[in-house]
Amino acid sequence: MLRILHDTKYDFVKYWRTAVAATVAFILLGVALMAYHKERTGEAVNYSIEFTGGTVVQLHFQNGPATADVVRSAVDKAGFSGAEIAAFGSPSEYLVKVPPKAGATAAANADSAGAQIAAQLSQALANNPAKVVRAESVGPRVGAELKTKAFTAILISFLVTLVYLAFRFEWRFGVAAVVATAHDILTTMAFLAMMHLEVSLTVVAALLTVIGYSLNDTIIIFDRVRENLKKQRKESLRDVLNRSINETLPRSVLTHATVLAATMSLLIFAGEVIRPFSWIMAFGVFTGTFSSIYVAGPILLWIEHKWPRSTGSEKKGTARALAEERRRERPTPVGTR
Amino acid sequence: MPLKYRVLTIIGLCLLSVWFLFPRNVTRRERQPDGTLQDVTVRRVPLQRGLDLKGGTYLALEVDDSKQTIPADQKAEAIDRALKTVRTRIEGFGVSEAVVQKQGNDRIVVQIPGIQDPERARKVVEETAFLEFKITDKTQALERALPKLDQVIKQRGLVAKSDTGAAKAAAAANKGLQGLLTTTDTSKKADTTKKGAVAAKKDSANAADSLKLQPGGALSTLLEQGQMPGEFLVESSKVPVVENYMADSAVRAALPPGKDFVAGTDSMNLQGKWYKTFYLVDSKPIMTGEHLGKARPNTSPSEGTIVEFELDNEGGRRFRAETGKHVHDYMAILLDNRVMGRPPIINSAIGTRGQITMGGKDLAAAQDLALVLNAGALPVKLRVAQVQTIGPSLGQDSIDKGARAGIIAVALVVLIMIVYYRFSGLLAVGGLVLYVLYTLAALAGFDAVLTLPGIAGFVLSIGIAVDANVLIFERIREELDRGKTVRTAIDEGFRHAMPAIVDSNVSTILTAAVLYQYGTGPVKGFAVTLIAGIFASLVTSIFVVRTFYLLWLNRSRGAQTLSI
Repeated sequence: MLRILHDTKYDFVKYWRTAVAATVAFILLGVALMAYHKERTGEAVNYSIEFTGGTVVQLHFQNGPATADVVRSAVDKAGFSGAEIAAFGSPSEYLVKVPPKAGATAAANADSAGAQIAAQLSQALANNPAKVVRAESVGPRVGAELKTKAFTAILISFLVTLVYLAFRFEWRFGVAAVVATAHDILTTMAFLAMMHLEVSLTVVAALLTVIGYSLNDTIIIFDRVRENLKKQRKESLRDVLNRSINETLPRSVLTHATVLAATMSLLIFAGEVIRPFSWIMAFGVFTGTFSSIYVAGPILLWIEHKWPRSTGSEKKGTARALAEERRRERPTPVGTR
Repeated sequence: MPLKYRVLTIIGLCLLSVWFLFPRNVTRRERQPDGTLQDVTVRRVPLQRGLDLKGGTYLALEVDDSKQTIPADQKAEAIDRALKTVRTRIEGFGVSEAVVQKQGNDRIVVQIPGIQDPERARKVVEETAFLEFKITDKTQALERALPKLDQVIKQRGLVAKSDTGAAKAAAAANKGLQGLLTTTDTSKKADTTKKGAVAAKKDSANAADSLKLQPGGALSTLLEQGQMPGEFLVESSKVPVVENYMADSAVRAALPPGKDFVAGTDSMNLQGKWYKTFYLVDSKPIMTGEHLGKARPNTSPSEGTIVEFELDNEGGRRFRAETGKHVHDYMAILLDNRVMGRPPIINSAIGTRGQITMGGKDLAAAQDLALVLNAGALPVKLRVAQVQTIGPSLGQDSIDKGARAGIIAVALVVLIMIVYYRFSGLLAVGGLVLYVLYTLAALAGFDAVLTLPGIAGFVLSIGIAVDANVLIFERIREELDRGKTVRTAIDEGFRHAMPAIVDSNVSTILTAAVLYQYGTGPVKGFAVTLIAGIFASLVTSIFVVRTFYLLWLNRSRGAQTLSI
């Protein structure tokens, strides 16, 4: 039997302060970078045209690479100054992003914009013609609407999760899981700022998948806690939590390995279009694991300390464990100052 | 459940999956464009590729309220009616598998796979197709009104601005054309004319003492008398300037009462210069496209491509009466407020048949116009809110890369499982094979469209799918550690892992459902993949792998050790 991390007894909960400091530092770094991006480009978050409106044209040079300068001058000549130009995957593939016209209500014409740029390019580089492989245009109103929609989607998924966990476990677990999930969103946003990735609808989908994945992980640990509490051991919730994390450790390692394997092959082999999605997922595996142990756990302990269940209605194991903990009168319960 | 039924269930699921995944002919009842119901047999190919993989055009249309505000409920109703028209038009376009859907309350989404000319599709969809027949002016009303028009133009400061104005108008020549008298509602137009007229009177009164009429004013220099009454020629390069003048409400108000000044589609070459036609026509149409019966494209040797049309009985009666009143007048045929071709002279009362000259455009343009006319006018003006064109090569590239990533992901996951769990890992891999089959079948059953994020979601789900197996195997290991027999350990392992598996998967399904509800296009596809994947994962890890274990236990009766 091949075993890794079997029967471990690490005191995970002990390091919660260090963990919190690290994650707060990570998030603050992300916020600082967002402020920097805002200073530089006027937008804290690098939204795709799906959210901001505008036109994007993907060009493919049929006979090998071309320089960004050539593309830039062709785009300027076609009358789209102020456009953003970036190589897309390889130097023979370029993405041109044109901001929406001020005051425009409808989508600009992506096809003609692409055709104009391509025409200018074929003049500049006669032996290496560019082909428009993708052209997209979004009106600013659609973009604003999508932003609201994405935001609602995240909020609603929070609410749904909270209700489900409150129903399956109890509200304390629900709140702890949602706080952990909110943490994941913050760290992922920070990660987005660090990589300066473009936030598109697909990235929002990735973010929601990360939320689901992290929630999965939290639930697996909480399920162990629920089970261990039922066993009526004379153990504090802190110890139960520690033991549950240790017991689920082999599973965590294995599952993260398989998910990471899938994510990495997407990141490396699935191409440029899906790359931001893959990055988010890869990061999500780590932040999800981290938050399940170091955010959901301490928060649960803190809530149990702050709002202990009345010992009179000893229906659930958690209350009993808590009563146990209070009886011992620990000088500094974990999770409080 | 006895083992025999378990095995039968798995085999049954496999057969069902294969059936779902095979292309087959489906007969369904469909409403034909002429309103009759007919049984249509279509070949249904499962797992259609989405636009991002196949290449094609995506259009999102919304009600254009930039000219006038339309209340939300009227908008929703207008969208419902417009949906039918747009669908008819797209169906007539001759592309199979085109999708026309309402999205939300105020948007129409059109997906046309594989179309090479997105611009044409866009035009067909955007055309309001409001057909009107108007009589051109014979009284030289515009010539008499010109001094006043020149004065108003000068007063409004349009001349000074004309340089920048012209440049702007030239940049958006199309917009300018639409901007010129776009209101199709004649009663409203009359309204604005009245209001404008009052304003203009005031203006001229104020200006009377400060400005003197200049001969050869701004507009008069640009216009040249055409070859028929009410026709004017404007040099092609000056067209944006004229349109810019006409975009001004005070200028429009100064036009002769009851008349409109509209652009034509024809251009002509006189003494080496290109001219565009403009016409002064009656504001009130003698007839609208409401009574149009049938339209079809044709070519005539003298006039090039034309669209012949037929009016219905009532329309024919009215048309005969109206044209009877206007014998020897010229009749302009206006489509979306532009005069199509050159107005023909009415020699005698016209009955139910007529034709529209396309003015040198090709047969495709005539076909599109006929199509648009047949489908009827749009109740409101639509504008494009979002457009996306994807070349076919990009789609194929995405599929290749996605497939490669998927194969590598599967290989890695299989490797991890077998190295770590040995024989049990092998059982899990067997489950994974069925997982892939079931997921694809479920997707086909949902009529899901394969998108790039969908493929990514599927690849990812392979990594996540083994999670349930891992949970179960770890539990079995724990039970074995406690000294349980193999059979008991397997039973207990499955039982103990269950709550965690159910809770974690249900919460993921809930998240995916939210994604489905609030996502659009590719994201929706991603959510469907995720949901299908979770169900398949539940079935394979809980039911299929369990059955594999039972089969193994039966064959190796009294096994003392389990390779896990």
